[in-house]
Amino acid sequence: MKLYIPLDSAAKALGVDEVAAALASEAEKQGIEIDIIRTGSRGMIWLEPLVEIEQDGIRIGFGPATPEDAAAILAGNSDKALGPVEELDWMKRQDRLTFARVGVIDPLDLADYEAHGGLNGLRRALGMTGQEIVDEVKTSGLRGRGGAGFPTGIKWQTVHDADAPQKYIVCNADEGDSGTFADRMIMEGDPFTLIEGMAIAGLAVGATKGYVYLRSEYPDAIAIMSRAVEIARAKGLLGADVLGSGRAFDMEIRKGAGAYVCGEETSLLNSLEGKRGIVRAKPPLPALEGFLARPTVVNNVISLATVPVIFEKGAQAYADFGLGRSRGTVTLQIAGNVARGGLFETAFGITLGEVVNDLGGGSATGRPVKAAQVGGPLGAYLPVSKFDAPLGYEELDAEGGLLGHAGIVIFDDSADMLEMARFAMEFCAVESCGKCTPCRIGAVRGVETIDRIAQGDADALPLLTDLCEVMKDGSLCALGGFTPLPVMSAVSHFPDDFAHGRAAAE
Amino acid sequence: MTNSPPTDEIIAIIDAHKALEGPLLPILHALQDTFDHIPQAAGPLICDALNISRAELHGVISFYHDFRDAPAGRHVLKICRAEACQAVGGKALAEETLAKLGLDWHGTTPGGAVTIEPVYCLGLCACAPAAMVDDRVIGRMDSAKMQTLLEKVGA
Repeated sequence: MKLYIPLDSAAKALGVDEVAAALASEAEKQGIEIDIIRTGSRGMIWLEPLVEIEQDGIRIGFGPATPEDAAAILAGNSDKALGPVEELDWMKRQDRLTFARVGVIDPLDLADYEAHGGLNGLRRALGMTGQEIVDEVKTSGLRGRGGAGFPTGIKWQTVHDADAPQKYIVCNADEGDSGTFADRMIMEGDPFTLIEGMAIAGLAVGATKGYVYLRSEYPDAIAIMSRAVEIARAKGLLGADVLGSGRAFDMEIRKGAGAYVCGEETSLLNSLEGKRGIVRAKPPLPALEGFLARPTVVNNVISLATVPVIFEKGAQAYADFGLGRSRGTVTLQIAGNVARGGLFETAFGITLGEVVNDLGGGSATGRPVKAAQVGGPLGAYLPVSKFDAPLGYEELDAEGGLLGHAGIVIFDDSADMLEMARFAMEFCAVESCGKCTPCRIGAVRGVETIDRIAQGDADALPLLTDLCEVMKDGSLCALGGFTPLPVMSAVSHFPDDFAHGRAAAE
Repeated sequence: MTNSPPTDEIIAIIDAHKALEGPLLPILHALQDTFDHIPQAAGPLICDALNISRAELHGVISFYHDFRDAPAGRHVLKICRAEACQAVGGKALAEETLAKLGLDWHGTTPGGAVTIEPVYCLGLCACAPAAMVDDRVIGRMDSAKMQTLLEKVGA
């Protein structure tokens, strides 16, 4: 009997290891021979721990499983049975391209990876020139999935055209935004796809060395990625002779050290060089003077992990998904106070309301939904009246929001938006690298000013608005520049929460 | 305070990473993995090996939340303070835990059993509130689970 059990951190956080141990010992007790394969997570976090048993080639799900369910699951009569996993509504409605293998394969089994389409993209790229690879990425319409949405192909073109003795591919795996976990899930569930994507990027621009800057808050992802790199090197996927092509590409996993701002690309590069993670002014662009002042591609995990499927299926096939200038798929992360949270990959264009109410099933508490913060701590708080907005880069921008890394955090009506605005400023103060005065000092003053509003000081609100303008215009990077977005969206969409103190004072 | 760690052990750690491109963070992580903090004795040795000033080194160590200049408690409990966890009661849970232990963030219980650190996102936002004790993650944290955990780590 073949069992598939996740090893993803979210499943672990919900007790999957205890479930796996109970299944193993129950099977031994009953004399049933079982083969446990640990996989990534399917992304249905509300069903984790989700155990799957293969029957006649079809995987039947059981979840959320507890150790007490072990005997019934093995007997096939558990009340946690969900039927064939691929037939579940959540799975059927997705366009899983980037995440096709996550939850399906053993993340550290390279043969399993190949059997599910892995390395086809790299093999195709090996037969192309650098310029042809760059053109393919341009045709796909892929844009930076880390948040900024910059066209990946154009970035690669700049590095491709630069002349230097050494170039680098740096993967930004410093996924610090609250409400986002797609990078973590793919690194834990399908690490070879990131390695393959980085190798293709290396071939495209002429870089022979890559780094994954991975946050220290993700110990499981670090362990799996490190192991995957060792395996890839041993099997000839990385090294001096990539898949026997005579071309070189190798990479290292580097651990961050707990600084949120290092998710900003120039700050990340300084950190990688062993310096304080201080933001650099641009220009020079990292594409021309990046890591160790060499031309460097800095891309998010999901951007790079999507490259193999673009080369496997063809750029046009990828670009056929999506809406407007947002081509391909978006890996939505549905989080916070939500009944059904998890990862959902779909074409751009789905509305926020469909995500929150239909997929997410509303709040976990059953209370009315009040707001959704889209795009992490630097994204806007959107009220229910904006839930018709389609999720695309320009579409959300038009609503005064930010798609960012496509994390969506849902709040019910017990949330106090003044508190959330205050937290945004507090977080900025804690994590500011200190380079720009409006961010370093402004965030501290922002907390104080919001406290004055809470105490009913009528003069404080215009001051906060003015402060947010200064932070927005006077900060080099998105931390100082976008902290005003959650703050001012809370102020403008939820004015009642900022009037409480005033009423109390009067 | 414990005795200062042996110089040759520090030198061996530095030497093992010195040839990397951008070796400082890997060296600091390796030192902290071994000694649970960055020993003061390592400072001059790192500066010498990498040809950087003491000010530069101090600047780097103090910039990052992860690095500490004294050992933490026997266990480190990180509680997520970020938005997704706040959306499901994370703030109240953190405040309750700190009050129960009579600590502020970064504090260590008197017996040295556990140090409490804030963390901004563990990537467990769909099963929040989240916490991490040493390298083990915990989701859907509540008062009861927290109490069991604190007892287990001897707080």
